[in-house]
Amino acid sequence: MSGKLKIHVDQDKCQGHARCKSLAPELFKLDEFGNAHEIGDGTVPAGLEDKAYLARSNCPEIAIEVTEE
Amino acid sequence: MSDSASFLPEHPPVTDWVNDFDHTDPRWTENPYPIWDEMRSASPVVHTNRFLGCYMPTTYEAVREIAHDTEHFSSRRVIVRDVRPEITAKAPPITSDPPEHKPAKQLLLPPFTPDAMKKLEPRVRAICNELIDEFIADGKCDAAARYTKHIPVRAIAHMLGIPEKDSDLFIKWIHEILELGIKDDGALMRAVHEMTAYFAGHIEARKNNPTDDLITTLMNARGPDGKPLDDGHVLGSLRLLLIAGIDTTWSAIGASLWHLARTPSDRERLIKEPELMPTAIEEFLRAYSPVTMAREVMKETTISGCPVKPGNMVLLSFPAANRDPAMFPDAGKVVIDRKENRHSAFGLGIHRCVGSNLARMEMTVAIEEWLKRIPDFRLDPAGTVRWSEGTVRGPRQMPVLFGKAN
Repeated sequence: MSGKLKIHVDQDKCQGHARCKSLAPELFKLDEFGNAHEIGDGTVPAGLEDKAYLARSNCPEIAIEVTEE
Repeated sequence: MSDSASFLPEHPPVTDWVNDFDHTDPRWTENPYPIWDEMRSASPVVHTNRFLGCYMPTTYEAVREIAHDTEHFSSRRVIVRDVRPEITAKAPPITSDPPEHKPAKQLLLPPFTPDAMKKLEPRVRAICNELIDEFIADGKCDAAARYTKHIPVRAIAHMLGIPEKDSDLFIKWIHEILELGIKDDGALMRAVHEMTAYFAGHIEARKNNPTDDLITTLMNARGPDGKPLDDGHVLGSLRLLLIAGIDTTWSAIGASLWHLARTPSDRERLIKEPELMPTAIEEFLRAYSPVTMAREVMKETTISGCPVKPGNMVLLSFPAANRDPAMFPDAGKVVIDRKENRHSAFGLGIHRCVGSNLARMEMTVAIEEWLKRIPDFRLDPAGTVRWSEGTVRGPRQMPVLFGKAN
């Protein structure tokens, strides 16, 4: 059994393309400038792992990190 | 044609795309994809002596390197043209470099978030249906002239708080700046002056009677020094929003409909599986990216192993990057359920298009409403599709017939 996933949006890289929010609204939120942030501490609830990887693989700025705890 | 004394001679036809490219050549306008493939096979960065010297990165990686490198590449000129006159009319933040760029951009971001766009969506849906009402009974239309052309211009007019009926004027200015302006400096300057006078009138009117729109928002905005923006900055940003927000999305909607007119299977799939719309929109953006930007080389450097020298412009082709097979499997195919799609249609790095959420919403709504009312349509075999020349690529004439082919 693999560990839990955690996501993090690198604020130096994010440019607000908002692809992650569109693909995985359960995991990402946008601030008033439209830049993305992980919801809460970034822990990916069970069942949403694929969405975390999908968001990462569609970010044009390669700003999303997915780590296994 | 222009009667301006500044009109420059026509460009000779291209015989060597790798060493003498020209993005205003009619063959590029008609079908640029094989040309880009040829250039990309030769080198990640190619050069032409035209336009007073200009590079073009041909791979996704080279485009990304340049877009992220604001030290060696300036955005002060964002259109590759025959001339490089002194810069008089700025349009912050698109023509800004760090450190001026960030504060100018942050002023524009909040009005363009996805949530802000949701509020505009009902008006855009209504605009689309008003347009379709005008031609649906004819059984055919020029989809570029009667439909796609009018959607973004009316939406941005609505946001700015200027009359939607002035749309034809805005479209004329954009044509003069982005198409004629490449070779005709007089046409470009005339359009810039007319736009500036137009917006100056709207700013003046709001000084006594503020309104709930984007012009008033900009007038009330504060710069990094805490003072209100000067009229020149407000005018520059308004010019940018109008220029950048219109023929770009017009092109993106048009190219998407062009694809759907020629591809009944994708049309049927989108009607049966509307949940595919978001990935389809991203794929249309990748495959038919309308916008090519420019940079000016400020310091010597190396891009993907190729030396790049100051004094040259750079044709920053996000559309060519998005057709790079090293980045996108089956790059030449349109795959409406493509899972991984890091396309660069809205740019990469700090100059990411401020209107990307607006463009996506307009594309989605325009295609959804069209398919609801006109589920079957095809290019008119007796007609001709005409594509725009220059910096923004999209269909400007696209005759279509409604209903199934007999």
